[in-house]
Amino acid sequence: MQIPAAFDYARAGSVEEAISLLEQHGEDARLIAGGHSLLPMMKLRLAAPSVLIDINDLTDLQRISVDGDVLRIGAMVRHAELLDSAVAGEHFRILHDAERVIADPIVRNRGTIGGSLCHADPAEDLSAVLAALKAELVVRGSAGARAVPVRELQDGPFETVLRPAEIATEIRIPIRAGAGSAYTKVHRCTGDYAVAAAGAVVWLDGNTISDVGIALAAVGAPHNVGAATEDAVRGRAADDETIELAGRTASEECRPHTDQRGPADYKRALVGELTKRALRSAIARCRGEEQ
Amino acid sequence: MQVSITINGEEHTRDIEPRVLLVHFLREELGLTGTHWGCDTSNCGICTVQVDGLPVKSCTMLAAMAAGHDVRTVEGLEGADGLDPVQQGFMNEHGLQCGFCTPGMMMTARALLDRNPHPSDTEIREAISGNLCRCTGYENIIRSIRWAAQHDSEVTA
Repeated sequence: MQIPAAFDYARAGSVEEAISLLEQHGEDARLIAGGHSLLPMMKLRLAAPSVLIDINDLTDLQRISVDGDVLRIGAMVRHAELLDSAVAGEHFRILHDAERVIADPIVRNRGTIGGSLCHADPAEDLSAVLAALKAELVVRGSAGARAVPVRELQDGPFETVLRPAEIATEIRIPIRAGAGSAYTKVHRCTGDYAVAAAGAVVWLDGNTISDVGIALAAVGAPHNVGAATEDAVRGRAADDETIELAGRTASEECRPHTDQRGPADYKRALVGELTKRALRSAIARCRGEEQ
Repeated sequence: MQVSITINGEEHTRDIEPRVLLVHFLREELGLTGTHWGCDTSNCGICTVQVDGLPVKSCTMLAAMAAGHDVRTVEGLEGADGLDPVQQGFMNEHGLQCGFCTPGMMMTARALLDRNPHPSDTEIREAISGNLCRCTGYENIIRSIRWAAQHDSEVTA
């Protein structure tokens, strides 16, 4: 039987109360949102917080909306809610592509977007997707709010740049015209983490790729993005030659490890193919040629 | 700490440690052993119950987190008029072999049909993709859920 080490439990009724509880209990306190990453780690005693602060009552953080040219996703939005959100899918198909392959439908009813980002698992899909989308995570502490680019959020595996008494409140994704996006993942079975996964967001100006974001999950890419691939592709024509170049570059720049999900050279080959598929699909969607 | 949870329409209050998981609260504090306990890692879905109408893996939720919420277990499926169509479907279509996954499968199936009364086979497969059947009897499980979808309206009408 897997049971976590003993801890004290508190429920926060507001963001302010969550921050105040974090300050009161110090660095050994942890926020618990959906709990589908934290509780398994606590059962294995990889994590043993002295106090859990339950933030599931913070329904203010459960909204998805478009505000001017920003898609705002509350940190407590469940994965299932993001997958159900028409407005999220309309602007960024990559969000729905990714949500369909994150965990399983039951886990998606509990797991939250903010929790996934703050857990900072290098194999987690949305951390890569939101980095490719150049999203920002809004975090609040008693001194006020600040925006952290998702590309700067992870500070190593399972570590973030958040300070001990800060809480993530919202993800902000800039909406720019002419975007198309897609995510592709290979996993061993439903619910598993990626063997390798790649996503692409492109902004087309005519037939030119004016900007691009490349997501690479589970393959050792710094901050889960293909920065060299983005640089190689930006400004080029959206054609087969560019797609081939993107696949080659992503395959070269990733740093996968050999583990039970496969050898490094296999993952490297997968990254090349998945990057090409994601980019081809993103371009086709941008042109309205693919649903 | 004192925790009050509404389970199958009835409020239950117990003094528990904060680390007690919902699955153990149901089985050990209340004796509701219809909810099974399997992998302990939120992979297998055996322990699935409904929380506020949504299927949730009760091995990965603290009982304390369920306080103030409505939990429905397999014991709450049967109504005044008899078995739920999902239960009847699993009987009629032989949807169980060893029966270990059955409570979780049925709670997931009930939530699916409440939300989508006429699911395609693909939608049924997708909905139960977080519930593992150790006997691999998926074809009959899908048939059972299809049977329930076809007979749900007769029962509620």
